[in-house]
Parts: sequence; C-alpha cells; structure tokens
Amino acid sequence: MTRLDPQPPGIPLPRPSMWSQPFWDGCAVGELRYQRCRACGHALFNPGPICRHCRSRDLDWQLSQGKGTVYSWTVSWQPPSRGFAVPYAPVIVNVDEGYQMLSNVIDCDTADVVVGLDVEVDFRPVGEGVNLPYFRPRPPGPAG
Amino acid sequence: MTASHPYRDVAIAAVANSRQARRLEGSDSLSITLDAALSVLDTAGIDVADIDGVAGRHGTSLAYLLGIGPVWDPRLSGGVDAVLMVAAAVAAGAATAVLLADGEAGIYTDREAVAPWTRPGNEFVAPFGMFTAAEFALIARRHMERHGTTVDQMAHVAATIRNNGSVNPEAIYYGRGPFTPADIRSSRPIAEPFNLLDCATTSEGATALLITTADRAADLRCPPVYILGGGIDHFGPSYQHPPSWDLTGNTDVPNGYVGRRAARQAFATAGIGPEGVDGCEFYDPFSFELIRQFEAFGFCADGEGGEYVTSGVIEPSGRHPVTTDGGTMSFSHPGGLTQMLQRVVRGVEQIQGRASGVQLSDPEVVMCTCGGSGALFNDVVLLGKTRP
Repeated sequence: MTRLDPQPPGIPLPRPSMWSQPFWDGCAVGELRYQRCRACGHALFNPGPICRHCRSRDLDWQLSQGKGTVYSWTVSWQPPSRGFAVPYAPVIVNVDEGYQMLSNVIDCDTADVVVGLDVEVDFRPVGEGVNLPYFRPRPPGPAG
Repeated sequence: MTASHPYRDVAIAAVANSRQARRLEGSDSLSITLDAALSVLDTAGIDVADIDGVAGRHGTSLAYLLGIGPVWDPRLSGGVDAVLMVAAAVAAGAATAVLLADGEAGIYTDREAVAPWTRPGNEFVAPFGMFTAAEFALIARRHMERHGTTVDQMAHVAATIRNNGSVNPEAIYYGRGPFTPADIRSSRPIAEPFNLLDCATTSEGATALLITTADRAADLRCPPVYILGGGIDHFGPSYQHPPSWDLTGNTDVPNGYVGRRAARQAFATAGIGPEGVDGCEFYDPFSFELIRQFEAFGFCADGEGGEYVTSGVIEPSGRHPVTTDGGTMSFSHPGGLTQMLQRVVRGVEQIQGRASGVQLSDPEVVMCTCGGSGALFNDVVLLGKTRP
C-alpha cells in the first residue's frame, strides 16, 4: 500500500515536435487535445502527420473531455533514470473520445490501479513550465 | 524440399561468442567485436582473405582493421533480421562469405539508471517513466486480464531459463541456481507483474556468425547449419507509442501477437509446423515474453500459453526446450545487436552439438527469435541440420 504521486521536477521533459506542439501547448493551459481525421473520423494519438486508418493528411485538432478508463497498467519500483521517484504507475488509458494514450495514474494507492479503473486527466507541473497530463481515479459516471 | 528453396545454397558455417561479463574491464565495443570476429574465423577454419562481406554496426571498421576491403557491407543493424538479409544476399550472389559480428561494452556506465538502450527518449513515453520492463509489463497485464495468466506461470519460465544458465559454464550467472518459481517471486519487484528475476540482466559481450555458401561451408571445420525459413515482424518504432496488445494494422495479427505473421512465413518456407521444432531458442527479455511467443507462433492456442509453459514441455527434457544457454536472464544481455543475434548463435551451437551446459539430444530443427519494445517487433528463423 503506497501512495502514487506526480513526479518531482527533474524527470526527462518532452521536447515537442512540429506535430506535437499543439498538444503540449494545450497541456500548458489545461486542455487535453488530440487529432481527429476529417476524412474518416478516427481519433489519432500520438499526434502525427497522417491518419493511419485512411491515409488522409487532413487532420483536425479537437478537445478531449479528459475522461477514460485504464486499459493496462504496471507499477514500477525501478527508477529508469535519476530523478524518478518510485513507485509510479505507467498506464495505457482508453480515452473516451476513442484513442489510447500513455500516462501515469496518480492520487491513489498502488493497490487501487486495475484494468477498467475510471480515470480523468489531471495536469501537474513537473518543472520548466511543463504540465504533464497525468490521470487520477474518478467516481464512475453514468454510461455514455 | 526442392531446389527452389530460397536458402538452399546458404549455410551458417560457424558461430562464436566473446567472453561475456557484467563488465568487461579494458574492453570497448569494437575490441570485443574483434574478439568474436577472429574467434569465428578460427572456429570455421576459414582464411580471413576469403571474407568478402561484413555486417553489423562495426562492419566497416572490421573491414578496415582486418585489411580485407573492398567488401560487401549492407550496413545492417538487426539481429535475426540481419541473419535473414545476409542469407538472402549470399543466395543472390552478392557475397560468398560474410562475417556478421557485433558487440557492446563500455556503454552502460551510469549504474544509477537502467541500461541506456532500455530507456526511451520520446516525448510521449519518457516523461512517464517508461523503460523496457514497463513496456512488456503493459503487454503482460492484458494477457493476465483476458486469460487469467498468472505470475507463477511466468516465474516458472524464468526459473527454467535461469536453471539452464546455472549449468552453463559460459553464462555470466553460471552456478547461480537452481531457482524455483518461488525464488523468482520473492525477488524484488521491478515493474509489476515482473520481479527482478523475471527480467533480463545487463552485461557486455560480443558475438559473431560466418554466413557463407553451402558449398564453401561443406569444406570448413564445423557442420553446416541451414536456414529453413524466417520472417520479420514490426509494428512500429520502439518506445514511442503505447505498447497496446490490441493495436492492429492491415492483417488479422494484433500487436500482442507480433511474430505470428513471421512464424507463419518461416514455417511455410520450411514446410513444417511447430511440431517439427526440437529446440526453442526464444528471446527472453522478460518471462512473459516466452508465453506470448509460444502462442504467437502457434505452439498452443491463444490464451493457453501459461498452462503450456508449465506442462513440462519447456524444460531441457521436454518436447520444446527453451533458451538453453540461460538467455538474456543468465547467459548474457549486451546491448546493440549482440542480444538480438544470440539466440541464433545458440541455435547453431545446438545443431552442431557444440552447446555448453544444456546440449539437446541431436536436434534437427531449432527455432530462434529476437524481439523487443513491449512486443512491437519479433523476428524468427528456423535453423536445420539438413540442407533444404
């Protein structure tokens, strides 16, 4: 039973690409942004230059409500490099808008992390003005 | 098989490892690559002047330092995939005797961190603390959730492979063991469901293969080993995207079963199925990966890998013994291409009857694999004693 917290400053920070800059700009203002293909309607993440479903390059930035469920998880007790505090919980989140993203679950106990856990985005500063999109448990909402 | 077999005129004539250790003091990547390269030439009994091709990250340096240029060099950076590409090139006549060698030493120096080749730099994974163990853990968790696969089943795999290493005098962890599944379970947690002994070690070392024509191999010192079939499966770049079991592309194979398409191709070329495989030199970065590969390759049905590996088949006395030198868990796990080539090297040793430690009883066919990054890639090759 150990608490899962955001990482302290000192971890590797994102170096945005031309494709991901709008995503990180969104995080800085508390918005979880993702791309959606205008041609076929699929949600896309990580941000990129093309729709991997229909090969259209006509992509639109949209705003996620930041809610989803845990698709897979681990609890790491091994800092991959200096600066990481353990434990922390890498998860793949099924975001409600129809895409998966990698994050960490915070604000709960290690034993609370399960597949299917309802989570919501929680932006936390990790230094140098960067907000990381963590996820925290949320009360189960009505279906849909 | 008929004369149309794509690798009929190709053979692996010899293999050699440099010394492997947690840390090889006084060595660097090039010096140990040279150790393995010179050793394989000596093992094969071939004159260095007969080498007309090199491959691996240090290929061009080998050509220069051995004074053998100009030679063919495809500038490959793979493992099983490099073996297959060199074999195809030899079959096509691009070269007749290729020295494929690689090693790594002196790279992993900051012991406050996990090995550098296991840590991504990508913006969407690095800030969340991803490293190889966590990548594979996210794949394993989906299988546990869907099929009820247990940590005890995974621990059984790790104990089996580590016990193979414990009786191999060439393994870094020779004499370390025997292990029970309970020993694996009681080691410290790394990335759940994996404990320390479910995971590969890190080390330094080099390995080399001599791939040549079947005709030339017949004149050399070791029994030729033939390539019966192979395949290469990749889903995407390593360490950038969530390692999702259910990621799909344009086939019926999800990311969780990467390697299945490659295995189908390999078996089709060889004209055999899993029942024809006598040894399973499967890449073993984490215990669950063996369960995944047995399912991906069709040795058992989807979801039954946990029961399969605990049914007595993967031990040295079983029908499909795994990773007989101790693998990346116990034998050695250097970075670079060495880790990706090492299963092929061991498969050749098994068929040649030169395996230290666990030597299988006259295996006819050995399946060798490499892979990585939460199962985003998985390459296979079927080695055989009989020319196809």
